[in-house]
Amino acid sequence: MQKDSILRATDPDEWLESHGDALFRFAMKHLHDSASAEDVVQETLLAALQTWDRFAGNASERTWLTSILKHKIADLIHKQSRESPFENDVQDSHGNPAACLFDQRGEWVVPQRAWGDPDAMYEQNRFWEAFTCCYDGLSPKLATAFSLREFSGFSIDELCEILNISSSNCSVILYRARLALKACLESGWFDNTIREGVS
Amino acid sequence: MLTCKDASHLVSHSQDRTLGFRERWELRIHLWMCVNCRRFERQIGLMRRLLRQSARQAEAEAADRQLPAEARERIRQALPSSNGTRTTQPPEKRPSS
Repeated sequence: MQKDSILRATDPDEWLESHGDALFRFAMKHLHDSASAEDVVQETLLAALQTWDRFAGNASERTWLTSILKHKIADLIHKQSRESPFENDVQDSHGNPAACLFDQRGEWVVPQRAWGDPDAMYEQNRFWEAFTCCYDGLSPKLATAFSLREFSGFSIDELCEILNISSSNCSVILYRARLALKACLESGWFDNTIREGVS
Repeated sequence: MLTCKDASHLVSHSQDRTLGFRERWELRIHLWMCVNCRRFERQIGLMRRLLRQSARQAEAEAADRQLPAEARERIRQALPSSNGTRTTQPPEKRPSS
């Protein structure tokens, strides 16, 4: 019985059948692009086949495949960021929202406005829609960094490693992404929902 | 004295790492005096909270998303076939658990 399950488990077709959808969903969460997600799933299964003999069998098959997938995703993002390094973006003042939000003395050019009651606003259910629209407007690099940090839950150290940049540049990129998103949300979604009196 | 720009940096950093004692102290003093930066801090925090809430919801909605059929077939073709051409063998024995 146990032997049988081992033999079945080495069948990559079986892996594809049992775990393909879950691996694909996981990859989509990180890569947001169906073609890349499909490719890393394929690479993961091929890599799994090569390293099967090293699989200790004390983790579940799904966990084992997912950990290979994570590495493949990190490799892919790492590779993309090498092809067009993030460092250039940090030097570049274009796409730096801080440039127009603060004056020369470092004070806010425009006062920060109060937002309305957050939960009431959330319930209007338009937050995600507005956010997606603002997120799509970010430069791809800011968007990648922000998404790895906020949605994939990588720590700042892991993020710097994946993107192959120094930790201060990593912080700068996240800072810019947050400023840009907040400004965008404010100019669209929050404008319609700002209420009096709550700051 | 921190400028608002410095303070906004620290607010953002505080979402990624624990601020040092001095940074925390300077930021607290600045926030105490500056209504704009207080709002900024609250709103950046709120943005994260709403995002996580929305992301969980979006994830739940995507829970039945499937690997597209063509991609599945393509991957199947790329994998060594199951009828003996594969070179990898299963381990002799699974380590005792």
